[in-house]
Amino acid sequence: MTLLARHAENLFWIGRLVERAETVARLFEVGSRNALIPNTAGGFRNEWESVLRASGSAGTFKAKYGDDIRERNVESFLFFDSDNPSSVASCIEHARENARIVRTSLTSQTWDALNNANQEMRELKRTERSKLSMSDLIDWTLRTAALIRGTIEDTQLRIDGYDFLNIGTYLERADSTARLLDVKYFVLLPQVDFVGTELDNYQWRTILRALSAHRAFSWAYGGEVTAAKIADFLILNRKAPRSLITCAEEACWHLDRLARAYGQTTEAQTQARLLVANMSEITVDDIFEEGLHEFLSRSIDEIAALAAVISGVYLSGEAR
Amino acid sequence: MLKKPNYFNEMGSGNAIRPPYEGLGAWAAEMPEEFRNTKQSEAEALFRRIGITFAVYGEGGDPDRLIPFDMFPRIFAAQEWRKLERGVKQRAKALNAFLMDVYGRGEIVKAGIIPGRLVYQNEAYEKAVVGIKPPRGVYSHIVGIDLVRTGPDEFFVLEDNCRTPSGVSYMLENREIMMRMFPQLFRENRIAPVESYPAQLRRTLASVAPAKCDGEPTVAILTPGHFNSAYYEHSFLADMMGVALVEGQDLFVKGDFCYMRTTEGPKKVDVIYRRIDDAYIDPLCFRPESMLGVPGLMNVYRSGGVAIASAPGAGVADDKAIYTFVPEMIRFYLGEEPILNNVPTWQCGKKDELKYVLENLGELVVKEVHGSGGYGMLVGPRSTKEQIEVFRLKIEDNPGNYIAQPTLALSTCPTFVEEGIAPRHVDLRPYCLVGENIELVPGGLTRVALTDGSLVVNSSQGGGVKDTWVLAE
Amino acid sequence: MRLQVNHRTSYRFDPPKRGVAQSLRLWPSLFDGQKILDWNVDIEGAVRGASFRDGAGDLIETATFLGSVENVVVEVSGTVETTDLSGVLRGHSEKVPPLAYVRRGPFTHASPAIRDLAEAAVKDAGSPIAEAHALATAVGEAIAYVPGETDERTTAAEALEAGRGVCQDHAHALVAAAISLEIPARYVTGYLHAVGAIAEASHAWAELYVRDLGWVGFDASNRVCPDERYIRLGSGFDAIDAAPIRGVSQGSGAEALSVDVTIIDAGQQ
Repeated sequence: MTLLARHAENLFWIGRLVERAETVARLFEVGSRNALIPNTAGGFRNEWESVLRASGSAGTFKAKYGDDIRERNVESFLFFDSDNPSSVASCIEHARENARIVRTSLTSQTWDALNNANQEMRELKRTERSKLSMSDLIDWTLRTAALIRGTIEDTQLRIDGYDFLNIGTYLERADSTARLLDVKYFVLLPQVDFVGTELDNYQWRTILRALSAHRAFSWAYGGEVTAAKIADFLILNRKAPRSLITCAEEACWHLDRLARAYGQTTEAQTQARLLVANMSEITVDDIFEEGLHEFLSRSIDEIAALAAVISGVYLSGEAR
Repeated sequence: MLKKPNYFNEMGSGNAIRPPYEGLGAWAAEMPEEFRNTKQSEAEALFRRIGITFAVYGEGGDPDRLIPFDMFPRIFAAQEWRKLERGVKQRAKALNAFLMDVYGRGEIVKAGIIPGRLVYQNEAYEKAVVGIKPPRGVYSHIVGIDLVRTGPDEFFVLEDNCRTPSGVSYMLENREIMMRMFPQLFRENRIAPVESYPAQLRRTLASVAPAKCDGEPTVAILTPGHFNSAYYEHSFLADMMGVALVEGQDLFVKGDFCYMRTTEGPKKVDVIYRRIDDAYIDPLCFRPESMLGVPGLMNVYRSGGVAIASAPGAGVADDKAIYTFVPEMIRFYLGEEPILNNVPTWQCGKKDELKYVLENLGELVVKEVHGSGGYGMLVGPRSTKEQIEVFRLKIEDNPGNYIAQPTLALSTCPTFVEEGIAPRHVDLRPYCLVGENIELVPGGLTRVALTDGSLVVNSSQGGGVKDTWVLAE
Repeated sequence: MRLQVNHRTSYRFDPPKRGVAQSLRLWPSLFDGQKILDWNVDIEGAVRGASFRDGAGDLIETATFLGSVENVVVEVSGTVETTDLSGVLRGHSEKVPPLAYVRRGPFTHASPAIRDLAEAAVKDAGSPIAEAHALATAVGEAIAYVPGETDERTTAAEALEAGRGVCQDHAHALVAAAISLEIPARYVTGYLHAVGAIAEASHAWAELYVRDLGWVGFDASNRVCPDERYIRLGSGFDAIDAAPIRGVSQGSGAEALSVDVTIIDAGQQ
């Protein structure tokens, strides 16, 4: 059956928002772990700022709290604040609202998962903060996102709507991995000479942990944690489920399914393949030569550009 | 002092159980309270889970509110239904003949049967569709007829709904839930199915595709959007029919046709089942500030590029001032005697009738001509002196805006209440489909006034719903 | 009279709109007083279609622009042979019952002042046609023709209260006054070859339904019934309903409109 462009957009955003809720929780974990380490960086309280900057919501935060970057503020901002469009609560609520609009494109299991997530989030919001532990909130978010994705994967018909859900998920995940990696850049920004120190090592491990990938990393690389190994793992390794290249390939695969279903290849497929091809060819050395931050910034832009093309081709419904 | 009329109990009373309910007496009486409570909460959980939370009949209110569901079904015997069915179809046919006529040659006005001013000066009369001959001559494709019963053989039509009658999703979901909860009842009683309604609706809509449409018509439901209280019903029907659920922004006009924006580019739409009011359909034709509609849609409709169900302007047939004349319409267009009766109605706009109404306010039900949903209404016998006097002033201020009817002794049906089972007043809305054929599924929406003694079945005022059974021959 | 019309309407959108849809009522009415010799409506870049003659006898067409729209230019040109029928719309084919026009609209709602004016005007009139003339005269006297004092949102009641207005206000007020007496009345748009007459070339007046005569035009601004200097395009409840070009656009941004109309007497050349 024909899928309305607007409904495809709703599905795309369900994928993105669920993934974004998860990213915010993971970012929060990075921040809180980094904050546990004595601040040896000359008085900079920049762990939280780096998290806010990586989540792309530093401006919104500043408008609300000024320079008062304290864990408690960041916690309520990132988890519960409905003024922050990227808070876990906002993401879940909007994902559920998108789902309500396209109820008929979702299985009852997928709807239940999204609807229940929203109910539980409302409960959490009503709960006294002192009774909530940070790690419980992080766990809840990761578990909820996994449940929603699981029902999508297990119950949705393999039609175009399913592809739009997944394209949203993988584009958001690629963006999120790039941003998480980039946190390191912000944290260490003023102290280049920390490279290779114990603190440096600790921060890298934190990022792996936040991506639930520290054991997978050890399995794949073993030994010392180095920036080069981590960059290879999270950017170029096809075995890593959250690496940029994995995300790009998944998005590409779903776009190819659309092209086959619709009998037409578009600019979106071309762009996605280009993204995959570029990542297949570069090496870690290339990345560090360009500069990790520069490479990640460029990747974030390229992912955004692909999203814009997909939007223009499939989600606007304009004559092509 | 309130007179206590003798209400007709559809189940009968004492040992005299009326035949259609024979199978249910024991079922209800023997149901342990605990089991009943479990089932009641099970039903509620099911309703909440499927998300069927909306106000019927455009009553507004909290969109997440559930309408109470009563598990005791309302039952019609086959021969009772046969008469209702003929009566409803006859009415739907006459209403459409009337619409075709008043937007065409106006014979019924010329014949002096209905005063022209009631038709042509009516707010619901759309100048914009004058002279349009919609496919198969149908203006109102879904006609909801609100009926009440006062005796074994006495049915009255309370009002007609020719625009976009809502509530049909309740008819279907109530049945679904009853079948799930009490399958044995469906084995023991031969209950005619209603589940073919969405397929019939789709067939009806496809059958009125414009002549310019070649091939299988594309049907879409046009909704005001997900904030609308009836959005669940819109998406439910779209899903059951397998058609697109569009908002105004999903449609656009290009050349002779209307298209929807899909992931594969524009796709022509041939039939639009709209669930938005006339005034919002097209800012180029009606309300210029409407954001819900589709600019140019009316021009495409009027030039035969798309069908709209129900047609804009269909509302003139269900106006309360026109209602009085429906029996005359049936005689005029069909040459038949009406099978279903109207409730006697006094037009406050007429001097002598106004006089009668004002003298008997305590006994009458007074309604606004254009009102709906039980608002702006006076139920004389259930109102205080003060309320009556306040309403008297309103009528005197603008008599043409009011009609009055006797307070009907609405039939009752057994209903689960806190104390057990008790009679409660009910009404009925069957949904008649008019396209290539006139069809009526055996069933409808039964609304029940859950408050003891109340005659108001509107969900906003304490009404609930029941599954409606028609027993097979 | 042989009237030659050039009517150019241009819209500029800044920033550009994401789409524009227009309903056009730009073709001279078909009745005994008008014979179309040639007539053209050009709109560059528009997709045109969905054309039909409505119940009031007007030819309607739809024009849409998809994608980014910066400019819309509607060019109307043509020649019409007109005859003076003293305002009577003879030989016009339409289906809308006159009673359908007797209803209050946003612009033609009768204020007490309008009702008083209407009742006073017809007090001594002896016949329906005399009543219609009396109403038109009363409205013309009560509202002085003063451009720039009212705008396209001004209602009949407001114009009468101000005592000043333009042809749109005269037409609305006359429609409102007639309707307050249950006389069917409507708003009419068209052109006027304006030598020695007030009002612009793009003009509006009212029509009242007079028993035995049918629809009869009254131009309260010029205190005459439309004659051979008038070209009639179409009608409606009010200025919006009868608009020659009715449009909506998608997207925010300012709209600059310029209209240029010239009517010449081609018979004198």
